[in-house]
Amino acid sequence: MKFYRSHILIGIDNTSLEAGVKEIEAALRTELDKNNLSDEINILETGSFGYFGTGVSMMVYPEQTTYVDVKVEDIPEIVEEHFLKGRKVSRLILNTNLLKKYNFNYKRRIVLDNSGKIDPENIEEYIGLGGYEAWEKALINLKPEEIVNEVKASGLRGRGGAGFPTGLKWSFTAPIKAEQKLVVINADEGEPGTFKDRLIMEGDPHKLLEGLMIACYAVGATKAYIYIRGEYKLCIERLEKAIAQAKEYGILGENIFNSGFDLDIMIKIGAGAYICGEETALIESMEGNRGEPRSKPPFPGVKGAWELPTVVNNVETIANVPAIIKNGAAWFTEHGVEGCTGTKVYTMMGDVNLPGLCEVDMGTPLRTIIDQYSGGMKDDRKFKGALVGGAAGVFLSDKLLDVKMDYNSLEEYAAVLGSGAILVMNDDVDMVEMLWSVIRFFRHEACGKCSPCTKGNEVLYTLVSKFRNGEGCEEDLDQMIEISQAMLDASFCPLGQSLIMPVKSAIENFREDFLMKIK
Amino acid sequence: MYKQIFNKYSPEKENLIYILHEIQDNHPQQYISEDAVTEVSEYINVPRAHIYGVLTFYTMFSTKPRGKNIIRLCESPPCFLKGSENILKKLRETLDLGLNKTTKDGMFTLELCACLGVCGNAPVMMINEDVYGNLTEDKIDTIINKIKGEAK
Amino acid sequence: MAKMIKLWVDNIEVEVQEGTTILDAAKETGKKIPTLCYHKDLAPSSNCGVCVVEIEGTKGTKRACSTPAWAGMKVITNSKKLRELRKTLVEMMLADHDVVCPTCEQNNKCELQDLAYLLGVDDKRIPKVLQKKPLDLKSFSIVRDPNKCISCGRCLTVCQDIQTVHALTINGRGFEGTITTPFDKGMADSPCVNCGQCTVYCPVGALHEKSDIDNVWDQLLDKDKYVVVQEAPAIRATLGEEFGMDPEEVTVGKMYAALRRLGFDRIFDTNFSADLTIMEEGTELINRIKNGGKLPLITSCSPGWIKFSETYFPNLAENISTCKSPQQMFGTLVKTYFAEKEGIDPAKICSVSIMPCTAKKFEANRPEMRDSGYQDVDYVITTREFIKMIKEAGIDFKNLPEEKADDIMGKYTGAATIFGATGGVMEAAVRTAVAILSGEEMADVNITALRGMEGIKEASLTIPLKEGGELPVNVAVVHGLGNARKLMEKVESGEKQYHFIEVMACPGGCVGGGGQPYNSTIADRARRGQSLYKEDAKLTLRCSHHNDEVIKCYEDFLDAPNSHKAHKLLHTNYFERCKITGDTIKETTSKH
Repeated sequence: MKFYRSHILIGIDNTSLEAGVKEIEAALRTELDKNNLSDEINILETGSFGYFGTGVSMMVYPEQTTYVDVKVEDIPEIVEEHFLKGRKVSRLILNTNLLKKYNFNYKRRIVLDNSGKIDPENIEEYIGLGGYEAWEKALINLKPEEIVNEVKASGLRGRGGAGFPTGLKWSFTAPIKAEQKLVVINADEGEPGTFKDRLIMEGDPHKLLEGLMIACYAVGATKAYIYIRGEYKLCIERLEKAIAQAKEYGILGENIFNSGFDLDIMIKIGAGAYICGEETALIESMEGNRGEPRSKPPFPGVKGAWELPTVVNNVETIANVPAIIKNGAAWFTEHGVEGCTGTKVYTMMGDVNLPGLCEVDMGTPLRTIIDQYSGGMKDDRKFKGALVGGAAGVFLSDKLLDVKMDYNSLEEYAAVLGSGAILVMNDDVDMVEMLWSVIRFFRHEACGKCSPCTKGNEVLYTLVSKFRNGEGCEEDLDQMIEISQAMLDASFCPLGQSLIMPVKSAIENFREDFLMKIK
Repeated sequence: MYKQIFNKYSPEKENLIYILHEIQDNHPQQYISEDAVTEVSEYINVPRAHIYGVLTFYTMFSTKPRGKNIIRLCESPPCFLKGSENILKKLRETLDLGLNKTTKDGMFTLELCACLGVCGNAPVMMINEDVYGNLTEDKIDTIINKIKGEAK
Repeated sequence: MAKMIKLWVDNIEVEVQEGTTILDAAKETGKKIPTLCYHKDLAPSSNCGVCVVEIEGTKGTKRACSTPAWAGMKVITNSKKLRELRKTLVEMMLADHDVVCPTCEQNNKCELQDLAYLLGVDDKRIPKVLQKKPLDLKSFSIVRDPNKCISCGRCLTVCQDIQTVHALTINGRGFEGTITTPFDKGMADSPCVNCGQCTVYCPVGALHEKSDIDNVWDQLLDKDKYVVVQEAPAIRATLGEEFGMDPEEVTVGKMYAALRRLGFDRIFDTNFSADLTIMEEGTELINRIKNGGKLPLITSCSPGWIKFSETYFPNLAENISTCKSPQQMFGTLVKTYFAEKEGIDPAKICSVSIMPCTAKKFEANRPEMRDSGYQDVDYVITTREFIKMIKEAGIDFKNLPEEKADDIMGKYTGAATIFGATGGVMEAAVRTAVAILSGEEMADVNITALRGMEGIKEASLTIPLKEGGELPVNVAVVHGLGNARKLMEKVESGEKQYHFIEVMACPGGCVGGGGQPYNSTIADRARRGQSLYKEDAKLTLRCSHHNDEVIKCYEDFLDAPNSHKAHKLLHTNYFERCKITGDTIKETTSKH
């Protein structure tokens, strides 16, 4: 093995690709060559560092200097100053004030611990950091029911939005005797403002695979699918590579680690439908149908894809599993709050200084997340509200800035954590416009299966558009709440049932915005 | 006609979406024709009505011929907050094009889409496989001119 | 034995089998929970949400139509919340519905209209969101009005799952999603076989037959036209239920009386040509068996089945009887045999048929159906259209006298009557075939193995031959095109071997036809079939070869069954059809 003086990690994601990262990387290689540094300094491609709006970023180890917004013309300066003279190029360093606030290297990153640190296309790097130890431990030392119990004891809850206890979900399927059982990873991340699963898959695909393997062994499934939305080309590519590598290393396939356990993992892709994030719609789509949800019961855990018992879990949920198995449930419960253990990955967007991903303990209040992990409000504007949980989320006002963010605490305020998307809005934002945008989204994504949701969205869209055009009246506000309540009570699946959250919260918390539009 | 694609997939309904993706990606006009549906229907032994239902359910598929460059502008709330409406207006003016329409020279098709999962760079659009983020009206000119220039 | 569970519906205790839905459990307590998209013959789509109920101790609501009851559950079917909710749901549906009840085909039969009335909704409260779309009018048989569609999904279930025709699908999704034909080409350019089951199950008039009522009135009121009418066997078993009579009553006499009052010049009966069909088809069967012809022979009475077989089973073309359907045999004879006998210029004859069927409209318009030198059948009206005409004319059907059909083509036997029920054609054919082959009449003409609503029925008969020895004959009866598809796949593969197969496109046979009253359930169909069998039992003549008008028709005009002339006028040929457009591709059998 070769030893290098320094490693330069370059974040490869959609942002940096767009900003020309490949060109910059080539320039860097040439420049290093030119200076005879190629043997001393290693360039590694990694996944996203988890913050955005900063163009091409690179991090130099071991000193952990982060350069952002790097352009081709900056390369000679970086090489000369940093690697030849040992002086950091301060004008390119991530805004130091922000960095302090942003606290980029905060600890307790369970899900994202490797993201931005390793080359996601190289299994050895994952293994080098302790990867697949949990899988080995599970398969060789643990019985399936011990794993289910450990996950139960960890208190891990589904991170897709509903927050259903993962261990409990597994325990429904594990005892079922069937010729074939399935585990399906729901990677159809479509909740507007959510891209955490994408970054996990792009930045650390093996973590997902390892968690998935453990889940399969725990419930007795010998076949697994990862259902990825069709737009996530890079994820598909990286996971395909990761699966091939895992097979090559004998971590996946037949008779893994001589345990007698066989497992195959396949990828299924979507083609643009938000509803496929609902587990039964996802199953329909996997089978090659329109992604319309099915009646429950029977629940997928009993009768799912191709009528086989099928456990469906979210990417982030499963990415927690290796750490739980490796470190134990007790370790996991040290994170987060009672009833809601572990961390949560948030995607921060809108009017904050550092939009991007952050992983914090469950229960961290919104104020802390904005101020400490997202660089605070952009341009020091006043916080007006935040759309928390994606489109199927709630418009929070500043009154809830200090509420603990976890499934149980938010429920008390009729709010949800949802997928972890947080869209922060300053006092310039017109909530009528935002609600219009949210309803337009649902109108576009309603599958059309059930009438309450299909018609309800259309009626809501008509009503909210009236305010946009200055034609609304107070009765319309009442009717919007009534319609979304009816949708909650009678829609077939969670899509239509969700409208009540944005509609009611926008109207109740920001009523002034609507009244101002009444002529 | 689609034999090469069919050879990669067993004739089962579960491969339908994969097959449709490939047919569309390999068509110069990026759509799935009636004939293609008929052939797929025969290959996987699934009624055309079913395939048509699937095809029109998912927004990534098109049953109508499209341009060489498909612009898909995200219209979800995060991009909306960051001004996607202005970008849409700008795109329509620059290309002199209505929504879901294709320019006469077959170069561009303009579509709206739901969240692309790149919200950190809102507002965002995709042109074919490439993502363009942090869009501004000036950037639109640059991007469109660059693509036009490359085509010449 | 399934486990029994106990639950409470609005505080009334009830015990049901495990797996029973809340809806059915409530029914046991004497309570009908309001429904709209649900239909008891079809798997629940759970689309409309009208049947929501509350369960004590649980959050939210459950759909009664598709949620199985559980032990100890306490169901609330009526609360202020549920009443308000159901109102809002129906109001939202009306906001997206072309509310033109007075002129709608389904006025007074509309399930949405009923529900809106019962719930006391306000159809103006919610802003209208309907985006009008063009009507699909090109089919000979069926009109599709997307502006009335409530997307309940019943037509899809019937077309895709029960009939396996797959003419209907959903185009797009969400609010813009429309139930339509593939590529939105319209019913006329789709694999639709015109069976019309979608029209029977549509709760709101979004699918109905293409009406010929105005055309028929124009003919009736035209003094230069000689308007002749025939009525299918199934009609008489259906009219009673529509005019407040005992639904089991078969109303032949009143039916003739009503037709006379509508102004038809000659009132005949399709039953006459049903008997004729048996003579032709029975002879064809015997000839095929005796001469080593193509077997199994498959019936050709059902035009929905004929188009289906032309589309999906072109290889079986030679197996299908060359006989025209009774409607078309009748049409040809009206403009030849009848015209000749009465000395009427066939050009002046208008031949109308009253059918329980929408596919008959298509059949009458098939280009090859012109052996009389004219279009053999000019207009086909469905049972529903006929009822509407009777009502429009102000005829007091219930109190009409019992009248008779006119001579020459008005007589029939019990064998013809049972044509309207699944298994009836087969039973009628066996009665005559046995008599011809054995030289003796059957002692008991009831062949109960062929009756009833089972999807695929089979029987093995041993027929004694008059020249000595016996002939084993295997027969099968299917109804519903899904069942037909299953059976034909086995016939094509050689897995199943029969001599004779009866196929009816519609579940229950013609009594369950696509032109029968809206919302005809499987139970209604079974009852109508039973009525026909009862009527048959009352008749003295129960075998087609005993129909003296049929015998006379051969003597005076056709010579003999399967004669050259009979072949020319009463037999037809088939085509292979495109699975996409339904257009003919090529002839699969040739015209004699």
